Amino acid sequence: MSEMKKIKNLKEFSTSADRFEGANLLCPGCAHSIIVREVLNATNDDLVLSASTGCLEVCTAVYPYTSWDASWIHIGFENGSTAVAGAEAMHKALKNKGRLKQPERNPKFISFAGDGASYDIGFQWISGCMERGHNIMHVVLDNEVYANTGGQRSSSTPIGGSNTTTPAGRVSYGEKRNKKDMVAIMASHGIPYSAQVAPNKWKDMVKKIQHGMAVDGPVFINAVSPCTTEWKFDPKDTMMLTDLSTDSLVFPLYEIIDGHELNITYRPKNVVPVEEYLAAQGRFKHLFKDEYKYLIKEWQERVDANWAYLNRREEARV
Amino acid sequence: MANTGWDEFEIGAMLRSFDGKIDDIAGTLQEDRKYSPNNSFMASVADWRIEKPIFSKDFCIDCQFCWIYCPDMSIIARDKKMIGVDMDHCKGCGICVEVCPTNPKSLLMFPEQADEEAELAQWPAKDEKEK
Repeated sequence: MSEMKKIKNLKEFSTSADRFEGANLLCPGCAHSIIVREVLNATNDDLVLSASTGCLEVCTAVYPYTSWDASWIHIGFENGSTAVAGAEAMHKALKNKGRLKQPERNPKFISFAGDGASYDIGFQWISGCMERGHNIMHVVLDNEVYANTGGQRSSSTPIGGSNTTTPAGRVSYGEKRNKKDMVAIMASHGIPYSAQVAPNKWKDMVKKIQHGMAVDGPVFINAVSPCTTEWKFDPKDTMMLTDLSTDSLVFPLYEIIDGHELNITYRPKNVVPVEEYLAAQGRFKHLFKDEYKYLIKEWQERVDANWAYLNRREEARV
Repeated sequence: MANTGWDEFEIGAMLRSFDGKIDDIAGTLQEDRKYSPNNSFMASVADWRIEKPIFSKDFCIDCQFCWIYCPDMSIIARDKKMIGVDMDHCKGCGICVEVCPTNPKSLLMFPEQADEEAELAQWPAKDEKEK
């Protein structure tokens, strides 16, 4: 086991040398690269990375450029996690046979995927990786929509969101089904660690990532990633939106250890009403019309119920 | 390599991030790395910008919020100090200005053609807090 990087404060963290390069083609103000940087800078070890098809993949590997200063692979939409799991299995096999050229180096195996490639298309592959117990980390950049292909709904899209395949108008208020609770689904595999993170709480995030890298076994991380293009807000407001999402408890930050021990890692001092979170985004604009106002009330009730459920689980340790 | 067309590539050809061997990338700062022409670090997205950030170090407290929240690795921090903005890779999103906690802000957005020295000379003064 190689030594964990010590990150006590932000000044110390800022001495890290980035392994993800600029001049990628992500939109200005995209939270994807903030999350990727925080994950990659959390360790000094070698990295074996993959990205499933999505914004992150198409924007960081545009011929003839690569934005990754580490081993990186992209295969298909669904199998980023299995590609990394295969590399990990090979590494383990060579290590057991004593055929590694530099056995003292401990690479970390991380796969990045969007919510489309994790919640929908790659679901079976990720579930397989979690079940087989590979020593990998799967990081979801959850922007609640297929942003790369033009804003189609995914099963991560929350109720009321207006997307190109679920547009809001005279007949419909947009997406009608609620978001899948992916962290709980993955925790149900009995994996050693699954967590929800947000880029604005960088310390919480780095702590979780380092914990995830230290444990032996599959790790699932769900990171909220506000999308300026599809959530329809100004690029400079990315961090404000992330703050709103964690402080309104729409994205509560918690971790589940060994599939049952739930800890809430961030309790906002001042809980913001969900209405403020919705009002900051263009995709929920129609909810503020009189006929759809009841949906905002339902949102608040749903978020409160989820928060109460998380608190009950934390208390009961089940 | 960078001038080879996509159809002139050999099957199985590998695009490398660096020229030569680097053993410890995580311990090598950007200025010490030998980037290959295929690394996007060698490219520029400066023409995406409509507004550019200008950094005034008079008020900076080196909190590094701009460093951690910059989506384009464009805030240059060395030895725990913020030393400037990498104008080749900055897309002008303005997140650094939003997260800057000082009063007045140490980073402000100006039109792309603004003159840096002239703007630094007339930097806004400290705002008195209303009580």
